[in-house]
Amino acid sequence: MRPKGATTKEPEMATPQDAGDEGGLVFHPMDQFIVKPFFGDGTEVAWYTVTNATVWMFLAVIATFLLLVIGSSGRATVPSRMQSVAELAYGFVYKMVEDICGKEGVKYFPYIMTLFMFIVCANFLGLIPTAFTPTSHFAVTVVLALAVFLTVTILGFVKNGTGFLSLFWVASAPLALRPILAIIELISYFVRPVSHSIRLAGNVMAGHAVIKVFAGFAAIAVISPVSVLAITAMYGLEVLVSFIQAYVFTILTCVYLKDALHPHH
Amino acid sequence: MATETTHAEGVVEAGPGMPQLDFSTWGNQIFWLVIALIATYLILSRVALPRIGAVLAERSGTITNDIAAAEDLKVKAAEAEKAYDKALADARTEAQKIVAEAKAEIQKDLNAAIAKADDEIAAKSADSEKAITEIRASAMENVEKVAKDTAKEIVAALGGKADAKTVNAAVANRMKG
Amino acid sequence: MEGELAHIGAGLAAIGSGAAAIGVGNVAGNFLAGALRNPSAAASQTATLFIGIAFAEALGIFAFLVALLLMFAV
Repeated sequence: MRPKGATTKEPEMATPQDAGDEGGLVFHPMDQFIVKPFFGDGTEVAWYTVTNATVWMFLAVIATFLLLVIGSSGRATVPSRMQSVAELAYGFVYKMVEDICGKEGVKYFPYIMTLFMFIVCANFLGLIPTAFTPTSHFAVTVVLALAVFLTVTILGFVKNGTGFLSLFWVASAPLALRPILAIIELISYFVRPVSHSIRLAGNVMAGHAVIKVFAGFAAIAVISPVSVLAITAMYGLEVLVSFIQAYVFTILTCVYLKDALHPHH
Repeated sequence: MATETTHAEGVVEAGPGMPQLDFSTWGNQIFWLVIALIATYLILSRVALPRIGAVLAERSGTITNDIAAAEDLKVKAAEAEKAYDKALADARTEAQKIVAEAKAEIQKDLNAAIAKADDEIAAKSADSEKAITEIRASAMENVEKVAKDTAKEIVAALGGKADAKTVNAAVANRMKG
Repeated sequence: MEGELAHIGAGLAAIGSGAAAIGVGNVAGNFLAGALRNPSAAASQTATLFIGIAFAEALGIFAFLVALLLMFAV
């Protein structure tokens, strides 16, 4: 139906009902998220197949490598442009970790930097037209969020023993309220990985899907200027969202890590 | 146009509408994601972060050193200025002293020279005085002698027999008058 | 028929995005009001601002997700 829509219908003939209908779109807005093998025409995806998702994940790794390793290879006291950006990224995440988790958190800086660089590179690379965005997939973000959740939970118990449970027992609240608060805190604790992963994937997916929807409207001559303008505006917003979501993911990781290091509020 | 049948067909064609919920690709994505994350972590923790950290530390060290060096240089410059000022003041006093000394010496020499000149002038004027007196005296004498001689000659010429003694006395008498 | 109902449901779920927008606007507006009263404290609180926005926005994203599920997965 999707490709057919383009060929069987004159775009100018499309009525508002048709435009609002799925059939009015030249392509399906969710097609861009399909994971398919990068080499060859097959659709079969085995666990080891090199897919478009794989390619873009590794492009993100390469981008990280280029920025942080090649960019800083000059080791100049007066930095070049690339080195400035690398130092800026380093300082940005380092300061975040230090501000939120304190001195003890600095030990976990490389883990957090890994998350940040991977997400920010994947998000930005995904903004290239026809690119694939790994972070728009729940498979990816759920793994990232679960990794943070499990690390933080295990770390909390290792560092504080059962004292970690005081995170759920709000000592400052009246005694009668504490069991209820404990249940709420417990639920919110377990919702963390869910919201953590869905926030990132949802934001990225929503932006890309909306751009695709507007791109579909661009085929209709009457509203195509509006739609092109809307795509431009959405693209600008998406650039912002790409960075902010990486930042939010990282900063929430820091907050969770702080809870594990200092569970007593 | 888009009837229920085409809609259903479309769904069948697209498989699950959301590729994100196509769990058959999850294993693949998770597998490659883990590899990508491990690669990123190794790159960052082995190479990139220590290097950038070292560069930043080195820079802050350099900046601190430079600031300290600048502070040092500033202090040195202030000292040098003070020394210069002192030297200048010393030189000025010295110069003033030398000027005063020279002035005193010159004054002394001048005084001595003036005194000497005065002496010489006094001596010379005394000499002159004496010479003038002598000349005057000799002139008087000459005049008297000439007068006597002349008187004798005149007396002789007038036919008188001139007694030298009388003539002389008469001339002397006249001259006194 | 069922598919059309799902589409209506998706549209209703999209109202949640507007609710999240109200929430995000509230967070940002109150931050701005506070920041203008005490600008010196604003810089230290931007992290809190983003966390607050992220939490408010996450719920909007849930609504969006429900809409997507109704559109494409039901």
